[in-house]
Amino acid sequence: VAAANFGRYTRPKFNLVLLIILQLSLHTVEGVWPLPQSFTSSTERYPLNPKAFYFGYGRQSAAQQDCSVLDAAFKRYFSLIFPDYTSDNLSVSAGQASLNAETVWGALRGLETFSQLVYQDDFGTYFVNKTEIDDFPRFQFRGILLDTSRHYLPVQAILKTLDAMAYSKFNVFHWHIVDDPSFPYQSRTFPDLSSTGAFHPMTHIYTQSDVRRVISHARLWGIRVLPEFDSPGHTQSWGKGQSDLLTPCYRGSTPSGTFGPVNPVLPSTYQFMARLFKEVSSVFPDSYIHLGGDEVDFSCWKSNPDVRAFMQKMGFGGDFTKLEAFYMEKIVNITSALKKTSIVWQDVFDYHERVMLHIWKGTPASYKEELSRMTKAGMRVLLAAPWYINHIAYGQDWRNYYTVQPLNFSGTEEQKKLVIGGEVCMWGEYVDATNLTPRLWPRASAAAERLWSDEKQTSSVDEAFPRLQDFRCKLVRRGIRAEPLHVGHCKHEYQGV
Amino acid sequence: MITALKFTLLLLALAFAQGLHYNYIDELDKEAGTVRAVQASQYVSLWPLPQKVKILDLSFKLTSFNIVDAKESSAGSSCSLLQDAYRRYYEYMFGIAKRQGPRKSRLTGPSELTELQVWITSPDSECDGYPSVTSDESYELSVDLPYAVLKAPKVWGALHGLETFSQLVYEDQYGAKSINSTAISDFPRFAHRGILLDSSRHFLPLKVILANLETMAMNKFNVFHWHIVDDQSFPYLSRTFPQLSQQGAYHPYTHVYTPADVKMVIEFGRLRGIRVVPEFDTPGHTQSWGKGQKDLLTPCYSGSKPSGSFGPVNPILNTTYDFMSQFFKEISTVFPDAYVHLGGDEVDFTCWKSNPDIQKFMDQQGYGQDYKKLESFYIQKLLDIVTTTHKGYMIWQEVFDNGVKLKPDTVVHVWIGGGANEEMGKVTAAGYTTILSAPWYLDYISYAQDWQKYYKVEPLDFDGTEEQKKLVIGGEACLWGEYVDATNLTPRLWPRASAVAERLWSAKDVTDINDAFNRLSVHRCRMVAHCYDILCICISFYDKL
Repeated sequence: VAAANFGRYTRPKFNLVLLIILQLSLHTVEGVWPLPQSFTSSTERYPLNPKAFYFGYGRQSAAQQDCSVLDAAFKRYFSLIFPDYTSDNLSVSAGQASLNAETVWGALRGLETFSQLVYQDDFGTYFVNKTEIDDFPRFQFRGILLDTSRHYLPVQAILKTLDAMAYSKFNVFHWHIVDDPSFPYQSRTFPDLSSTGAFHPMTHIYTQSDVRRVISHARLWGIRVLPEFDSPGHTQSWGKGQSDLLTPCYRGSTPSGTFGPVNPVLPSTYQFMARLFKEVSSVFPDSYIHLGGDEVDFSCWKSNPDVRAFMQKMGFGGDFTKLEAFYMEKIVNITSALKKTSIVWQDVFDYHERVMLHIWKGTPASYKEELSRMTKAGMRVLLAAPWYINHIAYGQDWRNYYTVQPLNFSGTEEQKKLVIGGEVCMWGEYVDATNLTPRLWPRASAAAERLWSDEKQTSSVDEAFPRLQDFRCKLVRRGIRAEPLHVGHCKHEYQGV
Repeated sequence: MITALKFTLLLLALAFAQGLHYNYIDELDKEAGTVRAVQASQYVSLWPLPQKVKILDLSFKLTSFNIVDAKESSAGSSCSLLQDAYRRYYEYMFGIAKRQGPRKSRLTGPSELTELQVWITSPDSECDGYPSVTSDESYELSVDLPYAVLKAPKVWGALHGLETFSQLVYEDQYGAKSINSTAISDFPRFAHRGILLDSSRHFLPLKVILANLETMAMNKFNVFHWHIVDDQSFPYLSRTFPQLSQQGAYHPYTHVYTPADVKMVIEFGRLRGIRVVPEFDTPGHTQSWGKGQKDLLTPCYSGSKPSGSFGPVNPILNTTYDFMSQFFKEISTVFPDAYVHLGGDEVDFTCWKSNPDIQKFMDQQGYGQDYKKLESFYIQKLLDIVTTTHKGYMIWQEVFDNGVKLKPDTVVHVWIGGGANEEMGKVTAAGYTTILSAPWYLDYISYAQDWQKYYKVEPLDFDGTEEQKKLVIGGEACLWGEYVDATNLTPRLWPRASAVAERLWSAKDVTDINDAFNRLSVHRCRMVAHCYDILCICISFYDKL
């Protein structure tokens, strides 16, 4: 009988200590992905009997029965570990594995690791080798961005992605929920936004209960949900349900009938934003909100006489970045008042200091320079630039994602500490539910290891290859349509069509 | 409910059209609001576009509708190929739930279309035969009162006509199934329109292959080129040489195609007018063959000793040819198609060069150091063997390039990227029929709308006479399997292969890329709605409402 114990320690990491003393036999251990910080295993292996195996709470554990996160996790991991559990006739064994973690979130990561240690021999018997693991993440923010505006993603596709994220120990779902093409978020305060701005007002929206479902599912997997409501650019779909929100563009002295970014000169704009973000901050429990702020096109603002008059009044001259800064300042003030920390895309750097920056553009040389510059200014940063995974290419492009060195920029130790993590972005121009999963996995898993594991221990991409191939087959076995890295096969191939 | 589905289709089409590059360094289309919407094409959403179409602005309802044999048809109710197709297309159009027997008693309104009569005009319908490269695939479709008529000389044309008919059906604003008065006369531009799948580099479960055949039929493809074995694995279970898959497959039971599996693929293809052309590539690309067949491959030498590794098929042993005779005898009975693809590409000579026995043989034959002659020697013997099985053969272009003597009905498969046009010129100048794949290697993925690149290919764009151009019988889209298995095959192949489908079916002057975009967007949603994908988003909304 195996039991899992959870205890509270003061160290900011968790230990997974598996000590099962049973019979001896030889087997090479399959890898764990992402690689734990410290991993010792021996060739001693112990059979696991699904009929006798259970997860339990340790006596000293601060979490006990009825801890919703762990109760659910025990159930989930039991079936992940024993996918084709049939009645075996194993000798009754005694032994115990223990998992110690400071929080339930660490325990979830430890359960994932444990589940990856279990394997089946050719006769279907489950085994785990004697193993000791001490593990913690290198970066605290390990995210995946999904874009539900350019194509609508059914809730099921999002939930499935959350599952797969947990298998790679990702912990932030950055939900780029609205953008120019559509506004699928159904707002309580402004229902017109989705009823006129979504691709379809009934079928292509996220209702309040859909959003709650995503958040609670994510919580059970130890994943934060970070919503992004990007403005003032990327807001064409907002304008359909909220008149006077966007700037009317002019051709000569008359409105052209098209609209530009959010109109920054009207008080009504800020009243609207205050109400919207008040709702958003109550719907999404995470203490961060992503405010976007990228790629603002000034041509429409320039064409509009009211905007120009406002520029004059404010003394901005012809510098529209000042107008953008003015707008972002006001939005950041709104979210600060709601006790939320703001994250913005790097474009806003020149104008702001109370926010966390999200680095998304440039070649390796240029984003390294940006990292250096921004952290020198004391800003906290997130790195996404090398992980724009929607840009597909022939061959093993996961190798590029794997060999990124997030802290390889010139700066002090203090500066490096300001890099709180990274994010894999799957923009939606060419991605919907038909191809999301194979495009995302296992390519995103390469970034997951970079963000979780020790860089020195994972410096060889060739050594990672067989372990990632093995992990990919584990994903397929769990029903995740993860595509192959190269030629080969999985014992259990994907069974869908 | 039905309106919602229609709307969904439209919206998905719209979504497909988004060309905005958010956060993309290229900064294409950066201007906000330049969303390109799908315009209604005058040809609705037909794909591939028929040769002649006339659609009137007069619509009929399909509230009580059936597909039946015309009285004059040479294929009656005993033709199960057609009966199966009627049922299949009825379900596509109206859903499984609605399937009922004929409702003749029901009163019909004046603008109601109640029947599609299918009329096979040739005395021999070919209902129980197999499609071939010479099959007549033409059809004529007339949608008008009192009933629609689909006329085709053979069942193969009727299958294409049913597909076209199903693409004409739409829902009006109240969700009622409707079709406009239409006259279509259609036939393919090229006779050979293929898809190559590679089941060796990754094993493809049977249902993935079947689902792909289904989607091929929606695009009027008619050849499944089954690159069934290669270096990496030998999943074909041979009755004569069971050791080949026993030893050479990734797994001897779970990763093989049994004779029953192969039969099912062939029949499933036949019912959709699709030929199954198997490829058994030799003398290179045969590493997996060596595991179950001793002495078949050439032992490579390192210095004066065998290195333990093996090269291409050993061309100097009589046992090699005995094996090939028996093997291809089996293949010729298992696969009914008149052609078998013999490969012959990318032969690496280093192993042959290292082997002293081969060198001796080269000397005896007076080949000097020209290993191409040895390769040709092998291929020549292989072709003679296959000829005795009464099969025609297809070969990759190298075999032609090396000057092997070929039967006049040989099909040369042009695949090498650089200089494909010159190659087409050379092959046809020598009087051989040819098919083109070089521009259609769909396994090479890239960001954004690469379907346009495939669409813009013109297969006859090489220097040659009219007679030469007639020798180009078609082309194939190839999806090699290095990076493809069941997890990603469908979204990688479709709708990109649809671009090739239209190029091979429709008239030469069908080149309007914007019109193609609009039709293909709708066609994509139609494919999604047919639910060949596990996450089938159109249909899942349909189910939910």
